[in-house]
Amino acid sequence: MTYTAGIDIGSTYTKAIVLSHDSEIVGRAMENTGFKLAQVSDGVFRKAVAEAGLGPDDISYIIATGYGRHQALFSDMTVTDLTASARGAKFLFPNTRTLLDVGGQTMKASRLDEMARVKSFRLNDKCAAGTGAFLEKTARYMGYSTEEIGPLAAVSKERVPISGVCAVFAESEVINQLSKGCPPGDIMFGAIVSLVERSVQLMKRVHMEAEFTLIGGILRFQTMAEVIREKLGTDVNVPEGDLPQYTAALGAAILSHYRLRKLQEEGQLADARGLRAGSGKTG
Amino acid sequence: MSYAAGVDVGSTQTKAIILDESRSIVGRALIDTGSNVGAAAEKSYQEALRNANLMEEEVEYIIGTGYGRYRVTFGNTQVTEISCHGRGAVHMFPRTRTVVDMGGQDTKAIRVSEKGDILDFCMNDKCAAGTGRFLGAAASALDIPLGDLGATALRAEKPVRISTTCTVFAESEVLSWLGKGKKIEDILWGVHLSIASRSIGLLRRVGIEEEVTFTGGVTRNIGMIKALNEGLGLKVNVSEESHFMGAIGASLFALDAIRSSRSPAATQGEKR
Repeated sequence: MTYTAGIDIGSTYTKAIVLSHDSEIVGRAMENTGFKLAQVSDGVFRKAVAEAGLGPDDISYIIATGYGRHQALFSDMTVTDLTASARGAKFLFPNTRTLLDVGGQTMKASRLDEMARVKSFRLNDKCAAGTGAFLEKTARYMGYSTEEIGPLAAVSKERVPISGVCAVFAESEVINQLSKGCPPGDIMFGAIVSLVERSVQLMKRVHMEAEFTLIGGILRFQTMAEVIREKLGTDVNVPEGDLPQYTAALGAAILSHYRLRKLQEEGQLADARGLRAGSGKTG
Repeated sequence: MSYAAGVDVGSTQTKAIILDESRSIVGRALIDTGSNVGAAAEKSYQEALRNANLMEEEVEYIIGTGYGRYRVTFGNTQVTEISCHGRGAVHMFPRTRTVVDMGGQDTKAIRVSEKGDILDFCMNDKCAAGTGRFLGAAASALDIPLGDLGATALRAEKPVRISTTCTVFAESEVLSWLGKGKKIEDILWGVHLSIASRSIGLLRRVGIEEEVTFTGGVTRNIGMIKALNEGLGLKVNVSEESHFMGAIGASLFALDAIRSSRSPAATQGEKR
């Protein structure tokens, strides 16, 4: 049995997946990224490997992705998160043509061809109002944690319009609505609707087409997908459970297997292992 | 003797000014706006009256300005803060042609004529980047009082370049620089430079013509004065009164109203 790993060092969370050669997820781990990227990525990798009941040496190939991918010194290769997410999305939903990734500090829309190659993409990483941070801030202004976003919005009966123009100015808007007696759940729902509007704009710019696959941490709460479904008037794919957060790491682990196979065919596996041992030492 | 008042209800602070007929400031007040905007307007006005040692009846005309101007229910009328800042700036610094007003939640660039009329303006109130809120975010991220920001920033030796635009992201950038061992003063100076550069961008859109007068609550931050001076390559006009400029402008308009009600013919010549 050969195993590979994918590690996704995102702006908010670092995620790792350990994948067997028959494409089964055998280990996963996630932690806050914080500021010590090299340390955190190493820790998350080891945790995922331990969950799989393996040791770091059992992993034949490791690909790192995400904004901090160059800090994972133990990896054999790096790929952009667009490439990794596309691969992960295609694995989960083979007919994906439009991929939306709502991250903590970025939102990305990409259009894929039938081979999961990225044909066109747009991203917002300049303004928090168009990212998951908008919902986190809105929750925080009302005294709730990120984990409570989903349960809060789920109980909403009627949305309170929240202008999604600035995540900072949303504070006074939220406080205003609270003081008028609006339930926090309805405000949270309103914030989600405004984030969805921005995500649809982003998808339009890549000339979206079905099927749609949505990934990123915020998608583990159902409301966002429901609102997008309604806005687009079509069904959307959402990975199950906490997989929306792991899609890029999963894609990286899948790419690791491809890469491994290619190297085996070319008889270069020994070199690849040697390379990793070398970079491990310097790290 | 009759008196005129201006009450500037800003998003963060409320300012009130009382002028006598010779346009001298005889009373002033500055309080936090808080959540009850109407009450803040009333409170600041009462405080300015006490400061001037005047009775309510002695004030003949009151003008409300600022985002909460319609909550100045005791006022005679309202004037936008853009007009008031222009008017106040030209009154205090007669050679003013460009005004940069940095408040708690927005930044405005205003071009004025020599009489104080508004020729053009541009404002940033949709995004917190480049506003006073950006400073507030940095202050809370670094855990230093807002009032100490400027002085701390001026001790910088090697400014850190803040690369993010968004205030939310800048907060985490500030923390990550701290994590990388950068000095607080160097990070803070970088924050000031970043806000100044956003404001200068806004000023360019209305056209920068000397002299430039700096108004609003952020004028109390000496770091921002220096950052604007360096960025613009000139010295902005700023004084103790700059923080009150909107209220001063409003009270000047109130004085105009008193004068024109007395002798409409006499003010014809002054009419713009």
